[in-house]
Amino acid sequence: MTATTASPRGLTRVVLSANVAVVFLFFYAPIALLTVFSFSNDRNPSRWGGFTLDWYREFGESQSLQDALRRSLWVALWSTIVSVILGTSSALALERFRFRGRRVFDALLYLPIIIPDVTMGIMMLIFFGDAIELVNDIFGTSYTKGIATITLAHIAFNISFVSVVVRARLAGMDQRMEEAARDLYASRTQAFRHVTLPQIMPGIAGGALLAVTISLDDVVVTQFSSGPGATTLPVFVFSLIRKGVTPLINATSVIMLTASVLLVLLSILTEGLRGNESTTTTTGGTP
Amino acid sequence: MTAIDERPVDPGVEEPPAATPAFEAAAENADARRGFLLALPGYVYLLVFFVIPVLIVFVYSFADRTPGGTELANWNLDSYRKLGEPVVREILRRSLWLAFLTTAICLVFSYPFAYFMATRSPRVRNLMLVFVMIPFWSNFLVRNYAWRVILGPDGPWSSTTETLGLGSQDLLFTQQAVVLGLVYGFMPFMILPLYASLERIDLRLVEASRDLYASGWQTFRRVLLPLSMPGVIAGSILVFVPSLGAYVTPEILGGAKSTLLGSYIVIQFLTARNVPFGATLSVVLMAAMLAGTLAYFRAGGRNL
Repeated sequence: MTATTASPRGLTRVVLSANVAVVFLFFYAPIALLTVFSFSNDRNPSRWGGFTLDWYREFGESQSLQDALRRSLWVALWSTIVSVILGTSSALALERFRFRGRRVFDALLYLPIIIPDVTMGIMMLIFFGDAIELVNDIFGTSYTKGIATITLAHIAFNISFVSVVVRARLAGMDQRMEEAARDLYASRTQAFRHVTLPQIMPGIAGGALLAVTISLDDVVVTQFSSGPGATTLPVFVFSLIRKGVTPLINATSVIMLTASVLLVLLSILTEGLRGNESTTTTTGGTP
Repeated sequence: MTAIDERPVDPGVEEPPAATPAFEAAAENADARRGFLLALPGYVYLLVFFVIPVLIVFVYSFADRTPGGTELANWNLDSYRKLGEPVVREILRRSLWLAFLTTAICLVFSYPFAYFMATRSPRVRNLMLVFVMIPFWSNFLVRNYAWRVILGPDGPWSSTTETLGLGSQDLLFTQQAVVLGLVYGFMPFMILPLYASLERIDLRLVEASRDLYASGWQTFRRVLLPLSMPGVIAGSILVFVPSLGAYVTPEILGGAKSTLLGSYIVIQFLTARNVPFGATLSVVLMAAMLAGTLAYFRAGGRNL
């Protein structure tokens, strides 16, 4: 863009630039301070007492933290696999086909994204409580809430996130490519496998990374779908924070934060910023 | 795939002989069936693990609270009546106020930020976008916890205020700390839709307005703001509704007087054991979400 009168000048410009600096400082200073304090050799997690790696060592040695981490990874893996399959097929159906119930499904897919997480957590609490009781009554089993119910709940919100990302990709893609393949006697399956799939692959990968990130970060929905003794890392950390802050929580937090920032960056890179931007404008036009 | 049913048949191009109306109708039917089958697994999953849970919460909000637990047979409106009680009204009022405050603060800082972004070159824009996306998607719990460390005893906040000669200004476990945590957590949710709508505005309209001697303020008030209204509304909903339902932030940064609707709902289930009333409060929160969404579509917003 060339310099235009739309780019602000004078005092407005100074104020706008200062505001950008303040916002970025606000976004990143707390994270930076937390990282610094995670290396601090002081029992008080808010005070600097010289450099140490003790808290990270303690994280590696804590059995309960390691168990929670393992459960988190398990849930993230399986919820991502299932939601990528369901989310991608939903995106394809909505973006490429007209069918009965399409509009209802379209609206329904947005709800898990915008619903407040407490509401979704409470829904899962009641639902899994009743459902498990029902199943146990009928089949004489003795299931309890645990990793399985957490995974099922994570799939429920991850389908939506995956489908949004994949749809954006599909909408930005030139449909004539598929048509050309079909005109050249490719079967539906062939056209999908050799034309559509390679093109939406970045969207699927981006959606998958997003699903992993959200699954690894979720506290509220997980807390209410988990059973006794089977919590994920964020829920475990949340319960630790409520008991009282320690430097160990600092170190654990920094590890979680690093993982989630890396995943976000990876997801942005895979999706491709430029592709992403062109789709923001195209999806705005689709009904 | 949609070549057959969507594109009008071009008379100049040779079509296979089967392209009769009957054939097209059959192809369209087959297409509809394929689409339906493709959507089915996701649809069924959401019906079972999302729609049914929503309906169950709705049903429970009418349930009867008995000493033994929850009774569905004796359904009544007691829980909805309880919304009028002074204690509950106080919490609802406080939640609305703090959520409003959070939204307003986010808006004041995000609008100029998003405008600055929208007027940059594509390279700078994308770079800024990445740095907004990182906090947008990264761990919410940890980002709130960072403030717990900063505001903690002998922490950076208290040493700063004491160096500045302001004395010790304890923020932790106050409503201000909760608003701070919420603003910190949700500001990217305001920036992104604002940016999306500002980026789409033809900036020559701003130039035209300035060329026609409108002041900066007039240009903002009459041109920029009306055109970016869908973004303002979308961002406000994305901040207001989750703030209203906040649970993690008040739990980490708030004190006894900062119970918000979200934490109050959780208390009903885990401490007070009043499932019908907790369900009722969840229904209220869902109603707020739906009202916000409807307002957004009314304002002419679509997908951001």
